[in-house]
Amino acid sequence: MTNLDVALLKKDFPIFTKVMRGGSRLVYLDSGATAQKPIQVLDAEREFYEKHNAAVHRGAHLLAEEASELYEGARSTVAQFLGATDDEIIFTKSATESLNLVAYSFGNSDSSNRFYLDSSSSIVISEMEHHANLIPWQQLAKRTGASLSWFPVTEDGRLDLSNLEEVIKPDVKVVAITHQSNVLGTINPLDAIVKRAHEVGAVVVLDACQSVPHFAIDVKSLGVDFLAFSGHKALGPTGVGVLWGKAEHLREMEPFLTGGSMIESVTMTEATWAPAPRKFEAGVPNMAQAVGLAAALKYLTALGMDKIESHERELTEYALKKFSELDRVEVIGPKNIEMRGAVLSFTVEGAHPHDVGQVLDQYGIAVRTGHHCAWPLMRKMHVVGTTRASFYIYNDHADVDALVDGVRQVQKYFKV
Amino acid sequence: MELDSLYQEVILDHYKNPAHKKLSANPTVSVHHVNPSCGDEITLNLILDGSKVKDVSWDGVGCSISQASTSIMTDLMIGKEVPEALSVVDEFTELMQSKGTLNGNEETLDDAVALAGVSKFPARVKCALLGWMAFKDASLQATGKNEG
Ligand SMILES: Cc1ncc(COP(=O)(O)O)c(C=O)c1O
Repeated sequence: MTNLDVALLKKDFPIFTKVMRGGSRLVYLDSGATAQKPIQVLDAEREFYEKHNAAVHRGAHLLAEEASELYEGARSTVAQFLGATDDEIIFTKSATESLNLVAYSFGNSDSSNRFYLDSSSSIVISEMEHHANLIPWQQLAKRTGASLSWFPVTEDGRLDLSNLEEVIKPDVKVVAITHQSNVLGTINPLDAIVKRAHEVGAVVVLDACQSVPHFAIDVKSLGVDFLAFSGHKALGPTGVGVLWGKAEHLREMEPFLTGGSMIESVTMTEATWAPAPRKFEAGVPNMAQAVGLAAALKYLTALGMDKIESHERELTEYALKKFSELDRVEVIGPKNIEMRGAVLSFTVEGAHPHDVGQVLDQYGIAVRTGHHCAWPLMRKMHVVGTTRASFYIYNDHADVDALVDGVRQVQKYFKV
Repeated sequence: MELDSLYQEVILDHYKNPAHKKLSANPTVSVHHVNPSCGDEITLNLILDGSKVKDVSWDGVGCSISQASTSIMTDLMIGKEVPEALSVVDEFTELMQSKGTLNGNEETLDDAVALAGVSKFPARVKCALLGWMAFKDASLQATGKNEG
């Protein structure tokens, strides 16, 4: 398989012409936080506003028709990208909202609903969750009286599934887990978890923020029940996220946000709901952003998700090798490439992550520092924080080399 | 290099050898502050003798800026009357919020003027202020306590 032509595709991203601190080029290693945008995405958004802007599903005029068609077209694009059907795709503002939607919907259920939780039910998460897939469940447990338990993380940054059957007990209703850790890069094996969860009648909610942008996903073969991701980490605009849910579940679920567009009929005292996905999309949605996301997913599809995966794998392998040659630098997370994505967290002995990031910034290198919205995981790994480099389609060996040189500069600067 | 305006020699010295970084026993007030955006944490113990700052001691984890800034602050505050100490905190806060337009008065701020460069890096201002805000909080609590 031939690799991505990084030099060529980088021309699609206007931001790479920017001159950074100290006159350096931009070495963008923070795609785990948010990805840069190709001109195709920016154009799609602008074109929506310039030529088709209207509130979808409302007006009786040409623009409303065009806007609705583009918005629903975007839904189809997302559905195809995930191997789902159109009606299973809900647009939200972000993965955070998608996950809260599921948690609040379950919390709104009455006892006749299969998603109803009370003190006899429990929820399972993991110790490596981003706060976005931790706090909604923690708080749902508090509100309903359900108990919360979790899969621990091993010293080498893998999920400890050795007690699978004790963790996913018969009273478990929800298992919410990340596909790939945003801190460690660990890709979690799902088959056994999904099998056990379904055995006890639980649903599996997958936080796919760090996987959907990076390798091919087919919701049917994953076997999960819900999947959430954010458009902005997949080359798309901010302000649009996706929740995919199996049609049968969406039918049964209570709405989260209520208001315009999500109803079937309304009186002063009662309301009934439109079928999914509209039941979950109250108010005028982020239309241009959804259209921009569709352009992003088309861009990724044209590059080829398999090519993207092997490009990132090769780059991560190279980075792991380079980092193993650095003294007093420790990679936090799996040190081999198996079941591991393009996220590299590390610590530099004697230098705080914030200081590491500051020195790297002087060389135009953008990384994330701190606890990465995964405070419990930091405690588990015995670190106050890490410096995180995350790679994407526009990164190459030269970027890894710049990072490694930068880390050496950090050590020189702080004499550590 | 631009970085040198941030990491002055004095700062790196305090970072390597922080002053009063060992919690004293029997504080008048003990406070714990965190910076949720980067996870920096500090515990600060304040001992007053009447209205005079008798001792400030601390422990915590954080970046060079937060550690050095706290260390410099303790040196500066010990021996001062609380109202004077609080006015120095205000002066330092103003310096940090100056976006590089102020140099700081060495007579009142002493080594803390070395942190003036921090004000040009908005993401680091909170780091520099962490220990100072903890001290301010402790002083206000302690004086409230004394009056009560
Ligand atoms: C694994 C993971 N889950 C959830 C989120 C939340 O995404 P957003 O902030 O776009 O809602 C992120 C983003 O940092 C993430 O990395």
